[in-house]
Amino acid sequence: MSFDYHAPRSVGEALALLERYGEDAHVMAGGTATVLLMRQGLLRPGHVVGLRAIDELRGISRTGSGGLRIGATVTHREVERSAEARAYSSALIEAFASVATVRIRNQATVAGNLAHADPAQDPPPMLAAFGATVNVRSPRGGRALPVSELAVDHFTTSLAHDEVITEIVLPPLEAGSRGTYLKFLPKTADDYATVSVAATLRLADDGTIAETRIVLGAVGPTPIRARRVEEALRGRTARAVAEAAALVREEVDPIDDARGSVSYKREMARVWTGRALARLLR
Amino acid sequence: MTTHRVAFTLNGAARAIDVPADRLLIDALRDELGATGTKLGCGIGVCGACSVLVDGELLSACLLPAIFVDGHAVTTVEGLAADGELTATQDAFIRDGGFQCGICTPGQLVAATALLVEHPRPTPDEIRTWMMGNLCRCTGYYGIERAIGRAAGMT
Repeated sequence: MSFDYHAPRSVGEALALLERYGEDAHVMAGGTATVLLMRQGLLRPGHVVGLRAIDELRGISRTGSGGLRIGATVTHREVERSAEARAYSSALIEAFASVATVRIRNQATVAGNLAHADPAQDPPPMLAAFGATVNVRSPRGGRALPVSELAVDHFTTSLAHDEVITEIVLPPLEAGSRGTYLKFLPKTADDYATVSVAATLRLADDGTIAETRIVLGAVGPTPIRARRVEEALRGRTARAVAEAAALVREEVDPIDDARGSVSYKREMARVWTGRALARLLR
Repeated sequence: MTTHRVAFTLNGAARAIDVPADRLLIDALRDELGATGTKLGCGIGVCGACSVLVDGELLSACLLPAIFVDGHAVTTVEGLAADGELTATQDAFIRDGGFQCGICTPGQLVAATALLVEHPRPTPDEIRTWMMGNLCRCTGYYGIERAIGRAAGMT
């Protein structure tokens, strides 16, 4: 590691630094991922642009319409302890509280987690299941994109080099909509998931499933949306869950590693998708 | 590489050091400030041997750039006992054998201290969940859990 550290006080200053130093600059918020990547020599920026001194990137608040706005540099623990986040959905709290250990969650930020694009991370599937968007700024202006379009491959996002995530916005939940996050941890409690399932579900007045959104973590190069399972459940009841959940086996795209073989992970994706849905239909 | 002035309090005492941008807190503590109670274990934020408190929040000193503590209050294991008087947590670790070889003990004590601030009467499950990120290579976990329960006045 050998770099110049810059601590801009505004997003505008940060963007000017990114423009000035181009590909030689890298953004850092909490630093958990960036410090490790630099120490391992996988990342060698000449300039690090720290976001910690930028007030406008902080804070959690409800939006006027009943959604939730999370500033980019809010830590995982701040989300866990936020009354606003808990009022939005306890499943959101579960997803953030599932990450690693309390030490990491005190340092790692929400936008840093998304920008790192580690496919085994806990928050991205849950944020995607809630239909969250990220607001991004660059010297060319701002744009919003769905969390589901952020990660494009292992540790790779659709963000341009000079784009900075400024906030994450979760839309208001439809009445009767609920969410859950389940993480399968067969080894140790602070491990990455073997498979994780984030799901939201809303029942129609007649008790059938009006809509469900299911996103799996750790079983593909990015979080995987289980669209075939979702389709198979529309208009159906809890009795359809077992058959629908089996469809997830062909939707996920896991790799063989220390947490299991491809076939084992496909089977665990089926089991845990079924459990998540059962929890939502209880 | 840029150099930065980092002014902070270490265990209540004002300190100021000039560090290069890439200096990690663990190295600043041990090599520049002589505070060697904090141990370097895995170096990747997993084992908990380097646990410190920054403004009361539990963090890994091995992952934290030293420049991040500018203007903040750092507490290490050396700062737990006031005026040589052990805290209830330190005393309980001795009485209950909450250590074997001792290399993880500074981190265990700092983590347990933070736990008892957040959960003064923790359930066994809260103790295990909070402390799971502090590894004991001697597997002395029963003694550690027992000591934390004693420190919380539960035994």
